[in-house]
Amino acid sequence: MPDIETAAARLAEALKEYKADYIEARLEQSQRSHITYRGKELESAGRSTAVGGNIRALVRGGWGFVSFNDLNDLPRRVELAVKQATLVGKEESRLAPVEPVVDTVDSKQDSPLNIPLAEKKKLLDEYNQIIWRTPGLQTSVIGYADSHKQTIFLSSTGSYIKQPRTDITLRLSAVAAGDGDVQQAGLSLGSRGDFSPMRRLHKEVEEMAKKAVDLLSAPQVKGGEYTVVLDPVLAGVFVHEAFGHLSESDFVYEDNRLRQVMVLGKKFGSKELNIVDSAAVPGLRGSYKYDDEGVPATKTYLIKEGKLVGRLHSRETAAKMGEKPTGNARAMNYRYPPIVRMTNTYIEPGRASFDDIIAGIKEGVYAKNWFGGTTSMEMFTFSAGEAYMIRNGKIAEALRPVVLTGNVFTTLNNIDAIAGDLDMNQGGGCGKGGQFPLPVSNGSPHIRISRCLVGGG
Amino acid sequence: MENILASAGKVSEAAEVFEVAAEETSAQFETNRLKHIQSKQSTSIALRIIQEGRLGYATTTDPDDVKNLIDNAVETARFGMPAKFQLPALSSYPQIEIFDPAVDATPLEEMNKLGQELIEIIIKHTPEILCEAGVSKDTISVKLLNSQGGQAEYKKSIFSIGIYGSLIRGTDMLFVSESRSSCSPITQPEDIASVVIQQLELAKNPASVPTRQLPVIFTPRGLASALVSSLVMAFNGKTVLQGASPIGNKLGKKVFDSKISLWDDPTIAFRPHSRPCDDEGIASRRTPLIEQGVVANFLYDLQTAALANTKSTGSGDRGGGLPTPSPSALIIATGQTSMDDMVKDIKEGLVIEQLMGAEQGNILGGDFSGNVLLGYKVESGKIVGRVKNTMVSGNVYQVLKEVTAVGSQAEWVGGFLCTPPLYCPRLSVASKG
Repeated sequence: MPDIETAAARLAEALKEYKADYIEARLEQSQRSHITYRGKELESAGRSTAVGGNIRALVRGGWGFVSFNDLNDLPRRVELAVKQATLVGKEESRLAPVEPVVDTVDSKQDSPLNIPLAEKKKLLDEYNQIIWRTPGLQTSVIGYADSHKQTIFLSSTGSYIKQPRTDITLRLSAVAAGDGDVQQAGLSLGSRGDFSPMRRLHKEVEEMAKKAVDLLSAPQVKGGEYTVVLDPVLAGVFVHEAFGHLSESDFVYEDNRLRQVMVLGKKFGSKELNIVDSAAVPGLRGSYKYDDEGVPATKTYLIKEGKLVGRLHSRETAAKMGEKPTGNARAMNYRYPPIVRMTNTYIEPGRASFDDIIAGIKEGVYAKNWFGGTTSMEMFTFSAGEAYMIRNGKIAEALRPVVLTGNVFTTLNNIDAIAGDLDMNQGGGCGKGGQFPLPVSNGSPHIRISRCLVGGG
Repeated sequence: MENILASAGKVSEAAEVFEVAAEETSAQFETNRLKHIQSKQSTSIALRIIQEGRLGYATTTDPDDVKNLIDNAVETARFGMPAKFQLPALSSYPQIEIFDPAVDATPLEEMNKLGQELIEIIIKHTPEILCEAGVSKDTISVKLLNSQGGQAEYKKSIFSIGIYGSLIRGTDMLFVSESRSSCSPITQPEDIASVVIQQLELAKNPASVPTRQLPVIFTPRGLASALVSSLVMAFNGKTVLQGASPIGNKLGKKVFDSKISLWDDPTIAFRPHSRPCDDEGIASRRTPLIEQGVVANFLYDLQTAALANTKSTGSGDRGGGLPTPSPSALIIATGQTSMDDMVKDIKEGLVIEQLMGAEQGNILGGDFSGNVLLGYKVESGKIVGRVKNTMVSGNVYQVLKEVTAVGSQAEWVGGFLCTPPLYCPRLSVASKG
């Protein structure tokens, strides 16, 4: 089978010869490795390699998409994509114009795949020993994975971009059990290729294991409305779910009703609230130089001083909404077409301190760390890994993990204090349109939300 | 495959090659019209070896990449888990009908027409709705060979249709959806449309519930979104082996209401999750999990079964990695009560069609807590409208310990679960009112 460079070189000229408004190809070569532990034992270790690609064609507003592992006979794949697009297309093709780019992006980092599995295993053994020093644990799970891929993007308008992408994730969880009850605590982090953050977690792992055991004796919160304070990790998940997804304009661009709801200038929050998405910040898990349509990454303000000022675009959504492309079209891998996605999304720091924020709360909930989150556009839920009651301005007893929910259009308005301690969470993965987990990061300072609905007993 | 097995055999005590090749074509609709046609070809080859008693594992997409594949498997075998099992020798498998050539033969034009018809029926009912829809056909070929002479090969076809409608009025949003799949072509859009239209009808009027304990009916879709993940984890032999399953030491004991029976069944004809054998070459069979409230079995793959001193239930599932125990299709037995009679029995309560975010908490412990994305208020025996800004919380084991009634009609949800509705006497409800 030809390698991706040879295949790309053959395709570059050929793409211009077909009857389509636009054609692009993405070819990928990737390696992955993983190690998992369950309980005291290593459960599995594996390595994989993949080569594949796709062709996407646009004809009169209709898209054809063909993905494959076999790089032989690419002209036939291009023909199929064009044929499919022709079958769909009945309108006018509209893509926001971008300058064709020819570029090779260097990987400054050593691939984590080059670190021997034995060395990674030694580190994970240390963490597992720490977990198992904690009395009262029932089991534990550790999952480590790294991947390195080289992609070549080329288009019928002359772009040819070679770009590497490296990703590391590490998830640990400790499970405590007693009297028919099971509780767990977790730790999750990731990196854009640098292995060193994975090496210094000894103290956090120890705390995580203790937390799992402590949860067994923690009470469940009583369900209802509370003033809630979120730590930077959970507030990051909140901004991603509660607002980020709504700013992805593929939900909005062909929906006139939603366009009226999401009109620029609409007030969503207080003057202190600023929300940003930026793939252009270097070194985070959502960072890149070009998106999967070959558009350069940008920094996009979504909310500035409480008002909606921008949104995330692909070339098609930007053209149809008459706005500028933002470089947010991303695909999980060659098996999928790019769709509008977040990158690194965060609430900008404010001026309050953590003590200021909790000082006036008579009875509230302090929620930290994350299990997950999801959104329906209007409603969102997100779940905390840790929670405490706040009583008379002080952090009080620990609670079982809580699930919080809200309405996007009212909850952002209910953020009434923002601290200055912005921190980015690199441990998440985002799912949309069957593409999961896409590496993203999100972050925030500590924030306070009034009248937030908390599920409970 | 034979050459990979032969080469791997030279560096290991035992080896197994597993290959999946798939072709998928789909027509996708956005904002009520055809927008994309996609076709996906994929090949994946997984090699598992046992070397000095330890498991090594590697995968590739390139059948010619034999050396790299074997080197990678050998590297991981240095640390791999000690293999406690034997790969199975050649055996016979049940005949299960899961391939229909009519799926692949369905022309794209036919798929487009089906999607368009489905959308048209729904727009006719609610003109301002915006629908996304997908119609897809898949053909999957699976082959397995191992050094003990074990061998399996089968072909499966899958046809699926799904629809997702959104109705937006100001900042008030309603989402309705339904999907169907089969190993044969689906030709009638009316059945799917009728489910969506019923959701639209029931959600027409707004309603609100108080913050307190209320009786709740989970529809089949509601049950899938709230309760199933916990059960899947709890019946996984691996969770049991680690002592992390809340029912792990309850085999043979009554843990659930005696009206509840649950089993795993990969042998039903023309169901997309059916198969003659699992991903390790162990014959498929029906495995009872709950028999009239009593915990009957857990699900095992080869390695987990060996560690737990029992036998594989033919539940080794690859899902992209090493085999791990997983149900193929879960079936909950039907009961005696019609959905209408359940609703009639409730003075004030809730019907849950979809709970959002319910499975993000401590699912291992059985806790669930989610926003009622689609649910209806029941007042004096009648559904009166849609509730919003409402959270429902509970614990699967508490909920299933005492069930008021089990529905008399079961439905497939997502191809993976077939269940009737369940009527629970009380659940904790929090509402913004």
